[in-house]
Amino acid sequence: MLRVESVVKSFGGFKAVNGANLHVEAGEIVAVIGPNGAGKTTLFNVITGHLAPDSGRVRFKDREIGGLAPHVLCRKGISRSFQVVNIFPRLSVFENVQIAVLARERKTFRIFSPVRSMAAEEVHGILRNVGLYEKQDVESDLLSHGDQKVLEIAVALGGKPELLILDEPTAGMGPEETERCIRLIKKLSDELGLTILFCEHDIGLVFEIADRVMVMVRGGTVIQGSCDEVRRNREVQDAYLGEDGGC
Amino acid sequence: MKRTCAAPLLLLALLAALPLFLPRFHIYIVAIVLLTGLLATSLNLAIGFGGIYQFHHAVFYGVGAYGTALMLTRSGLPAPFCLIAGPLAAAAFSLVMGIICVRLSKLYFGMLQISLGSLVWAIVYRWYSFTGGDNGIPGVPVPDGIASPEGAYYYTLAVTALCMYALHRIVRSPFGKALEGIRDNPVRSEAIGIHVRLHQLTALVIAGFFGGVAGSLFVVIETSVFPDMMFWTYSLEVLVMCLLGGMYTFFGPLVGASILVLLRTYVSVHIPYWHLFLGIILTLVIIFLPDGVLGVAIRRFRPKEGRLA
Repeated sequence: MLRVESVVKSFGGFKAVNGANLHVEAGEIVAVIGPNGAGKTTLFNVITGHLAPDSGRVRFKDREIGGLAPHVLCRKGISRSFQVVNIFPRLSVFENVQIAVLARERKTFRIFSPVRSMAAEEVHGILRNVGLYEKQDVESDLLSHGDQKVLEIAVALGGKPELLILDEPTAGMGPEETERCIRLIKKLSDELGLTILFCEHDIGLVFEIADRVMVMVRGGTVIQGSCDEVRRNREVQDAYLGEDGGC
Repeated sequence: MKRTCAAPLLLLALLAALPLFLPRFHIYIVAIVLLTGLLATSLNLAIGFGGIYQFHHAVFYGVGAYGTALMLTRSGLPAPFCLIAGPLAAAAFSLVMGIICVRLSKLYFGMLQISLGSLVWAIVYRWYSFTGGDNGIPGVPVPDGIASPEGAYYYTLAVTALCMYALHRIVRSPFGKALEGIRDNPVRSEAIGIHVRLHQLTALVIAGFFGGVAGSLFVVIETSVFPDMMFWTYSLEVLVMCLLGGMYTFFGPLVGASILVLLRTYVSVHIPYWHLFLGIILTLVIIFLPDGVLGVAIRRFRPKEGRLA
């Protein structure tokens, strides 16, 4: 479904992503791991169109997508969440998801019809799925950090994606929240059949839910394979897992 | 829902009854308050709801006024056509300036907008043969039905009410929500599939149009236009109205406009330093009322619906 081939992205002289390779098949959960500064977020930004690659190819469903704008990619079926909470703070939880749904349905140029209950059914469905239904009227700025990260995912779901890209979905969460978030990811994959690409620091969690893992070090792909293959790999052990219990 | 409808309707009824017991001068002031309120509300669509730094909004007010005045004095076309031509010209100006400015974000947008707007002002100020230069255009022939003070007042009231209703619909539409989303988080808006600049441009054109309507109303009330109304300091004054009333509320700018217009009318009779006064107000608002008068009132009385108005 998604194929990234030898992508390079540099900032000034620094090659943040340097020859990354990645492929994701439909229905899989694929994780990208790597130490801080390995270029995981930059890679995700290239895939979702927030950055244009300097060289290399990004293909989605056999179409070249490298360099396309984010709103175009979103319409092609790629939604993402962000590492740092990136929601609409002055809008309610309901409105946050509603905007995403309306944007997908291309209704945001309707200037006279009342928005209040538009797409309510679908929005409620999404909120029930992620467990924020009871909090739908809360101004999203007032949610706990964990809830905001979940809302982050809910907004991405509003785009009805085929490929959901989650940039460190559990960043900054406590153990319980993390557990809840991981269960949510698993559920989205199982029940909605979503293809999910995510990156994560906590390796235990990664091996728990990922079908395949890609390891990045210093901008490049070290290995890509099943959890077992990755565990056995020497280079990974040196670069990453060796650091006593990971992260 | 009922309650939110009742207050504006009551206010409308009260305003409609005013000419029965208020002297003419006060009716004139109320009309100025109304059209200035519309001007501030139109700016607020861009700046409060859209987060677009439209620093020189008075240009569209001026273009709307000059457009209407020039059509009425020179074209010989039917009056209704002249009255709508001003706002349409303002919308067209807004489109052109918007296309140029919208590639820039935040403050850079504001700087470029001030520059272009000042250019328009300079042209109006110097082009004696067409715009009358710094003399403006005095004695615009306003059509008979709305030429009397009462007629002009009712016309202003009706048009303002209609435009406020339209703007309210726009703010409560999917477009309005998307605009708020862009204000809160342009990056995320783009990531969920919203074409940020196209929405911003649309908002600017709408804001420019309604700013132009306010300008056209000004012609009806004053029967004259002058370049000062589109000088950049006036834009600042309109901006202060939005801040003072509450940028994140719909009716805030109208409240702010009422306060400032009344203050200017009554204070400048006694004290010549109106702009000093304006500066002090701005400072106090920024320090003590960052949410504006209406914003604070709503938070106090309706904490749950803090964002609405």
